[in-house]
Amino acid sequence: MTTSTLSPAPATRRQKTTRLGAPRSRRGSRRGLVARIVAAILISIVVLFPLYWMLVVAFSSRSELLGGTLRLWPRTMTVGNFERVLAGFPIATWFSNSMAISITVAVLTVLVNLLGGYALSQLKFRGSNVVFLIALTTLMIPVQVIMVPLFRLVTNLGLYGSYWAVILPTAASAFGLFLARQFILSIPRDLIEAARIDGASHFRVFTSIVLPLSKPLIAVLFFMTLLQSWNDFAWPLIALKQNELFTLPIGLLYLQGQFGSDLGATMAFALINVVPMVVLFLVFQRFFVQGFARSGIK
Amino acid sequence: MTKVAVEQDRVAGTVAPSLTLPRRPGRRNGKTVREALAGWLFLTPNMLLLCLFVLVPLVWTVVISFQETNGFGVGEYVGVANYERLLGDPLFWRSTANTLLFTIIVTPLSMVLGLGAAVLFNSILPARGVFRSILIIPMAISGVATALIGVLVFNENNGILDNLIRFIGLPSVNWQSGGFAAFVSVVLVTLWWRVGFNMLIYLAGLQSIGPELYEAAELDGAGFWVRFRNVTVPLLGPSSFFLLILNVIYSFQVFDIVFVMTGGGPQNATSVLVTYAYDTGFVTRDQGYAAAIGVVLLLVTFIFTAVRWRTSRSRDLVE
Repeated sequence: MTTSTLSPAPATRRQKTTRLGAPRSRRGSRRGLVARIVAAILISIVVLFPLYWMLVVAFSSRSELLGGTLRLWPRTMTVGNFERVLAGFPIATWFSNSMAISITVAVLTVLVNLLGGYALSQLKFRGSNVVFLIALTTLMIPVQVIMVPLFRLVTNLGLYGSYWAVILPTAASAFGLFLARQFILSIPRDLIEAARIDGASHFRVFTSIVLPLSKPLIAVLFFMTLLQSWNDFAWPLIALKQNELFTLPIGLLYLQGQFGSDLGATMAFALINVVPMVVLFLVFQRFFVQGFARSGIK
Repeated sequence: MTKVAVEQDRVAGTVAPSLTLPRRPGRRNGKTVREALAGWLFLTPNMLLLCLFVLVPLVWTVVISFQETNGFGVGEYVGVANYERLLGDPLFWRSTANTLLFTIIVTPLSMVLGLGAAVLFNSILPARGVFRSILIIPMAISGVATALIGVLVFNENNGILDNLIRFIGLPSVNWQSGGFAAFVSVVLVTLWWRVGFNMLIYLAGLQSIGPELYEAAELDGAGFWVRFRNVTVPLLGPSSFFLLILNVIYSFQVFDIVFVMTGGGPQNATSVLVTYAYDTGFVTRDQGYAAAIGVVLLLVTFIFTAVRWRTSRSRDLVE
């Protein structure tokens, strides 16, 4: 469980082919290998081509795009789309809004769910299972079920018109609680019992035993929440009505409404939304993969 | 079911005896009370958020669904009028049918494609890690950006896909104005976005299958398909079950892609329950009616959860 899913398979599987591989079957597997490589390349093209095309369109001039003269391999490149988008929209503000909201959500989620996850996994008390079950069930409810009253609630609480209208309802997701509970369950209870017998309070146990052992959990939870919140759309669409509070995805929709068929400008802005998270995702792939795989374990 | 379950059992195994130990009998009650107190204290921030922003609105939705509202103003109780209206609303039925159709198509396709990719990228292959990374890149891309890339690719006038289709010599497809083609384009974009996740879960499952099982099957003379059918698929049962649930839930909630790519059009051909609820509640601002649609969504989710519980319990008994 500590190893990344993307790491190579154990050596035993490789040995198998050399040990069992008779000359004939080895030739067969080599033919299979070519077919597999071709399949892998074809799949990669299907996945990568739309992204490549987004890049091409973002760096191409409008006339080329409209004239239909755009080639698969463009000869000229221009940053005109980026200039137009940056001049016409408060992209820097939207970018910092996205950062502020997603980082706050991630920090809040880590804090709240480490505490809650510890309670649900290591402390025995009546009602803990019911709480966990209710929390899990809420994970399945789409936000559109509660959006009408949630909007009224956020307005009545005076949150509408601030970041908190997005941050607090997003941080209420039970996903982090689920992940934290699963992780903290794997901390040996003997360790905690021993500290308790030595006279440590529950809070002390949490800060000096659970917290230091939960560093991987903190990383996984932080990056997963950051990703989700950065890309979140349905609730911010309702909760952020003023232009200057928009996050990047909402701004992207707004821009599409304003610029209509200007696909070059749209793609330039889409890139600004996409690139930071894709880079982060690839650099910290280990944590994301662990998070997704772990959430899939049961 | 898997590692975590084992861990849970192990933890439970160490817990049970220590609780029943007759250690300091006089203080046992105090200890459990204090532990419960600590538990609830640790849970407080979580419970506050969950109650305030999920459970309270959940109950409130049901209340509002019995009201006729005027914009965002105070509503007036009208009994089950909203639900009666739902029954005779063709757009509601269209959206329900589309949601179900979308779920029925996307769920098995995501799983089959994800499994295929997982088997391929778990086999001996040069640069396997790179290929895997490529396949999960769409997971990092926002739904809005994905949908806009979809608009770009499926553009009817000068989209790259149509150019390609015409280049091969096939007739161009009305991706944006044709209802059926638009639905297909939404499905294809969703698959592009989601298959990586399915692959990831299946890869984790595949890596927990011991190679000795394959060796034994191979010694018995089993070919690739026989091994796949009799070893891989049954042993991936838990992963498949998990993905089934997740894909169904996801399909019921497909909002970003539909909303941005087609807006439910053309002629409501891609309208689903979540986009219909949003349009009703925040575009036409018929909030009572939107709440009623929300309650229907909730009921469908609960029915699915109940079915899932029953099946998972019988699964546990079987295993």
